[in-house]
Amino acid sequence: MPEQQAAEHQSNPAEEVGAFLRERREQIAQRWADAALLRTVFTVSRDEAVEAARTVVEALAAVAASGRVADSEADGFAVVREQLARTAQSRARAGAGIAQISAEMDALRPPVTDLLLDELSDAPAEHLRECTTALTVLMGTLRLVMLETTMNAGQDLINRQRLELLEIATPVIKLWEGIVAVPLIGTLDSARSQVVMEILLDAVVEQHARFAILDITGVPTVDSLVAQHLMKTVAAARLMGAECIVSGIRPAIAQTIVHLGIDLSSVLTRASLADALAYALQEQGDHIVPNPASAVEPR
Amino acid sequence: MTHSTGSVSACLPIHSDLDLVRVRQHVRQMTAHLGFGLVEQTKLVTAASELARNALVHGGGGQMECAPVTTGGIRGLRLVFSDQGPGIADLEQALSDGYTSGEGLGMGLGGARRLVHEFSIDSRRGVGTTVAVTSWISGPPRPREAH
Repeated sequence: MPEQQAAEHQSNPAEEVGAFLRERREQIAQRWADAALLRTVFTVSRDEAVEAARTVVEALAAVAASGRVADSEADGFAVVREQLARTAQSRARAGAGIAQISAEMDALRPPVTDLLLDELSDAPAEHLRECTTALTVLMGTLRLVMLETTMNAGQDLINRQRLELLEIATPVIKLWEGIVAVPLIGTLDSARSQVVMEILLDAVVEQHARFAILDITGVPTVDSLVAQHLMKTVAAARLMGAECIVSGIRPAIAQTIVHLGIDLSSVLTRASLADALAYALQEQGDHIVPNPASAVEPR
Repeated sequence: MTHSTGSVSACLPIHSDLDLVRVRQHVRQMTAHLGFGLVEQTKLVTAASELARNALVHGGGGQMECAPVTTGGIRGLRLVFSDQGPGIADLEQALSDGYTSGEGLGMGLGGARRLVHEFSIDSRRGVGTTVAVTSWISGPPRPREAH
């Protein structure tokens, strides 16, 4: 039936690839299940890998049939986006980088191309070339969809973590009657130092604190802006009748502040939180007497 | 002074507060990687923080180039901050402590100069400002003065 063959050859190569994919989906799924990408994700059951591969092949067939092989937004991809993202995430958790995942994705192409070449072994060279090109473009688009989904998932994670970080309230710790401490961690930019100041001043009112300790052990860099924020906070606390002590000044930070030329002499500072607490207790007239019984024990 | 400058190892944009964090982290990692002591690390990171903030606040954003350098077998790190801002009208005044055109303490530029071993600044009105700083792992290679 030469006429029918000729008619088939004149059809759209993308559509023909779609028909080929649908027809051979079982075979392709079986081959993909043994590829590194799916074998490493579906370690427990091979049937699951075949099932997942079949879903992807069917999606590809649908996209090819719609003729949008180069369009990563094609409707056909919608059904497999989530599955592709899960697969990529699973590989990423196992330590694979984007390049490796991409390479493993690319490794899915040769088995399908081989099948297509077998299928079209009798077709004219020109038609064969068009069909393999359509298939290659389609597989490239699939790879793009997967990477796109992965990167979007990464961006979602970053956004969520950023929100979570903002939500981490700076804790105010009541150390003693009339003594509160705020441990500062991370970068003290203008927005965060504003939050810190508000939290500290609120705590001074609520706890009737006479002493507020700002511990900067967890602040990696103290430059002139951070120092300025600290001084403003100290001045504000003083206006409310509380003495502010800045503790946790490490040797390297101390030397840097001196070289920078910042005058922190208006601020009461101590090397450690313990020193600051001891100072505040002494000023309050609270004395901690060591228990003589335990003092006998050699430490 | 002659020292071989390695190729630019990194060029970081400075366009937001987040970029300042990145600049600090990058300089900290580089200095740690090169074997700077903790004090020198902290000093260079602080200087970088001041200069990057200047580029952002006064220069309207810019970039930092970061390159390891060696001279006489001693390794160091060279940072170049550049912006295309309005430039600095009076360099002497800008470098003096306590002078500020904004709301800061006025310690940034002069402080940064004291935190590093080599400091050079080039500012042209309407063209922009470029500040280059270098710190060496064990102090600048020069003969020790007798006590």
